[in-house]
Amino acid sequence: MGRIIRHVILGFALLLAVSIAFTPSAQAAKEVKIGFSMALTGPLGPAGKAALLAMQIWRDDVNAKGGLLGRKVKLVYYDDQTKPANVPGIYAKLLDVDKVDFIVSGYGTNLIVPALPIAMERGMVFMGLFGLDANAKFKYNNYFQIMPAGPDPIVDWSVGFFELAAKQKPRPKTIALLSADAEFARNAVAGARRNAKKYGFKIVYDKRYPFPGTSDFTPILRAVKATNPDLFYVGSYPGGSVGIVKAAHEIKLEPKLFGGGMVGLQYTAIQMNLGKLLNGITDYWFWAPEKTLKFPGIEAFLAKYQKEAPKQKLDPLGYYLPPFAYAYVQLLGNAIEATKSFDQAKIGAYIRNNTHSTVVGKVKFGKNGEWATSRTFQVQLQNITSNKMSEFSKAGKMVVVYPEEFKSGELIYPYAKGK
Amino acid sequence: MFSIEFLLNALVAGILLGGFYAAMSAGLSLSFGLLDVVNIAHPAFIIFGSYLTYYVNEHFGFDPILAGLVFAVPSYFLGVAVYKIYYNSFEKTGAESLRGLVFFFGLFFLIEVILIITYGVDYRLVRAFYIGKSTSIGSVGIAYRLFVPFLVGGILAAVLYLFLTKTFFGRAIMGVAQDSLAVQLMGVDPIRIKTVAFGIGIATAVIAGSLLIIIGPVEPTIGREYIGRVFAVTVLGGLGSMTGTLVGGLILGVAESFTSSFFGPSWALAVSFGILLICLAVRPSGLFGR
Repeated sequence: MGRIIRHVILGFALLLAVSIAFTPSAQAAKEVKIGFSMALTGPLGPAGKAALLAMQIWRDDVNAKGGLLGRKVKLVYYDDQTKPANVPGIYAKLLDVDKVDFIVSGYGTNLIVPALPIAMERGMVFMGLFGLDANAKFKYNNYFQIMPAGPDPIVDWSVGFFELAAKQKPRPKTIALLSADAEFARNAVAGARRNAKKYGFKIVYDKRYPFPGTSDFTPILRAVKATNPDLFYVGSYPGGSVGIVKAAHEIKLEPKLFGGGMVGLQYTAIQMNLGKLLNGITDYWFWAPEKTLKFPGIEAFLAKYQKEAPKQKLDPLGYYLPPFAYAYVQLLGNAIEATKSFDQAKIGAYIRNNTHSTVVGKVKFGKNGEWATSRTFQVQLQNITSNKMSEFSKAGKMVVVYPEEFKSGELIYPYAKGK
Repeated sequence: MFSIEFLLNALVAGILLGGFYAAMSAGLSLSFGLLDVVNIAHPAFIIFGSYLTYYVNEHFGFDPILAGLVFAVPSYFLGVAVYKIYYNSFEKTGAESLRGLVFFFGLFFLIEVILIITYGVDYRLVRAFYIGKSTSIGSVGIAYRLFVPFLVGGILAAVLYLFLTKTFFGRAIMGVAQDSLAVQLMGVDPIRIKTVAFGIGIATAVIAGSLLIIIGPVEPTIGREYIGRVFAVTVLGGLGSMTGTLVGGLILGVAESFTSSFFGPSWALAVSFGILLICLAVRPSGLFGR
């Protein structure tokens, strides 16, 4: 009997020792899991992979400092293939199978919208990465979107382009609008349409082109040229942006202000290919190596990103999306630290009611979780003389011409003069 | 807005684009039109050609057209290998209709994944002295970026036409397409003929890939955008007819250009495929089909 009792006590002691060994501090050992879908393949794959790298850099930075509230951060993610239909399933898996503690969005409006109802249903904080007015219909108060489009994103997105145009003398009178037939571009041009009315520009051309599916833009731009517009506002995706810039040069389309909402001109590979053809174009931008945009931490982040990006065959400079992909998880992490809590409601309230310091500058959220005030830059590409990468990594090439607060140079007007 | 100058420019842009469509579809016309091999992976081979071109252009400064022509040779052998696998696994056993289709679908995705792993998912472009430049004849502007692919596409279609109609081997391919058994009775091995023809089809796809990357940037999954177009050109022109492929490409190119110029680009694809449907209703075998 005594032997049996001794064995039972020994068994319990062993069990206790094992449990102590494997849970040295129950809270400290448990990871904070942040789950998300990301476009790692498909049309948004190039930017999505760069965003992922930025998030991994943030994870490593945080873990090097001991994690969040003493818990290491783990990113759990799946490739949504740039297909909105894949998104609900991914988030259901993240929450029900992977049991993540937080969710953040994938890249782009089309991939954010399908995940928003799930975040709402579970009452979770949901950080958005580059969604254009994705929360307009849901009005979810724990959604926060990092792209600095502003409280009325569709309109604010292009307001800089129109303010610049309205200041020119003689004042331009007419505008042509062209957009890819897809969510973001349609929204961007819808805002431009409203701004054109507000600023009193007459719309002389307003069409959409199939996306994907347009091989050549020459006939489209000839139709634009036939209307002789003073301004040409384009909402396009990378492949289309390249085709439009090349075709505009080939047919000598020279509106007085050209650009606006062209995605892709911010990517290094495309910049290196187009080189001098970019001169004079004025387009939306989020960050450039200009002296007015040296936010705390941005250069340290970019140094890490640029070291790793070539190995992963990603955008080597990473000025467009990566700083914001770092910032949206940085902001979530800072909120967790500040509230000393993993409580979704507390964190949501903290993010909503405070101004946050991030690598992309000060961020304050307003209506529908968008930035309280727009900070979409208008950048004019100037003095580009070659196709070398070094051309695009120095100041004075992507000159911030709007808004006044961040301006780093003067707009060269009209476009033909800056070509 | 309408003017003769505008009309002529739209026509020329359409013709240039059409020549390129013909170049993309020529190989498919051989495999699908003549050999009844539904090579749904054809656009993936085109993108494969674009990436080969990109590689040598980026690293060694090779001209894209030259690169396409050089890579056409090893690509022929790649095509031969693919057909042998297809034949032994599916055609030989009579399982080519559905399983063969799945095979080419699989191949399509396999090529995409290989390109993604090798090159990443970023857009890739090439440089050549004629890209970004244009000339004009009277009031008609011609972009070299479109003219060069048109020229090469036209030459490619012409060479294939002469090969199929004037050479013994070409006639043998046509013979296999018409009556495989009769060709066999003449002592010719139809499988060998089909293998060679399929190899040529893949070689032309790689050349078309070099033309595609001249026109615009490519990424590994961009081939999906062209599945509909290449099959439409092949069917519209008439299965197996090189003249038909060229004419089909030109019709689609001009229809797209006119629609974009006069009615708005949104309608361009709808009009092109509308023409295809009308043609099939009136002439089910295509314009030059037998």
